[in-house]
Amino acid sequence: MEIKGFIENFASQFEFTDTSEFKAETKFRNIDEWSSLLALSVIAMVDEKYNVTLKGDDIRVSQTIQDLFNIVSSKLSK
Amino acid sequence: MKNPFSLEDKFILVTGASSGIGKAIAIECSRMGAKVIVTARNKERLNETYSKLEGGGHVQLIADLSKTGEIEKLINELPVLDGLVHSAGLAEPLPFQFLNKEKLEKIFDVNFTAPTLITQQLIKSKKINKNASVVFISSISGVYCSSNGGSAYSASKGAINGLVKGMALDLAPKFIRVNCVNPGMINTNIFENGAISEEQLKEDMKKYPLKRYGEPEEVAFAVIYLLSDASKWVTGSNLLIDGGYTLL
Repeated sequence: MEIKGFIENFASQFEFTDTSEFKAETKFRNIDEWSSLLALSVIAMVDEKYNVTLKGDDIRVSQTIQDLFNIVSSKLSK
Repeated sequence: MKNPFSLEDKFILVTGASSGIGKAIAIECSRMGAKVIVTARNKERLNETYSKLEGGGHVQLIADLSKTGEIEKLINELPVLDGLVHSAGLAEPLPFQFLNKEKLEKIFDVNFTAPTLITQQLIKSKKINKNASVVFISSISGVYCSSNGGSAYSASKGAINGLVKGMALDLAPKFIRVNCVNPGMINTNIFENGAISEEQLKEDMKKYPLKRYGEPEEVAFAVIYLLSDASKWVTGSNLLIDGGYTLL
């Protein structure tokens, strides 16, 4: 799994936010469009694309897209 | 004076009895004098419910009601029932655009198809007494409102509400009553898979005019009413138990 692809998949859950705003260090909760529904969408996307089950708490403790990527990576290697 | 809410000497089957609302229903029914038959998939957890039942004459039966063969086996082992409570349920929040056939079927199998077919087969096998009461645990979701990621769950619960009305008509000649309760969020582990965080739940709680989620017992008391002779003239109804949530 590569960070670039992960960022693209993450960004594709959003409707209005410009893709240029999504970087590894982006604090996703600061994005205006971020919502509890988007959190559910990210969980469902990670399940669908990476076959990894994220929990709401995994999202809560993550600040940046990189943080989330790291959690998914660690679960992938298990 | 005879208590009209008593369940004395009634045989009552409770599905999904190993946890949450089903567990509370089984325990409270036993306190009202019922002989309770509890069923669920998990042996250890079911036994824990069974050990908390008060009075004697209760039975525990392990069964996975999403499997046709297991429904048949269960029916053969059951006594003739005076009450039947469907509380096996599944909630997995999933945004609509991620739905697929498999996920939809998983939710519908547990929340709608299994309780429907088990009741149909019990009726056909004459395992439900005249004057019996059938109670489904529906939800506010799908009937009065929904939630993000709740489309499949809402659909399955909305389907239950429709089913109850048609069943109530068709079973009225047998004097079998069919009703459902529609709880708001109850303190159970239905979201134990953790897609919804603790923090989000605390925030959600504030939306309830009575400022908290319900307790499983508070649903059980409504179910006891619907199972008892106190509700003899009540059929096809849905009883809202939501701390005022859907008023706003």
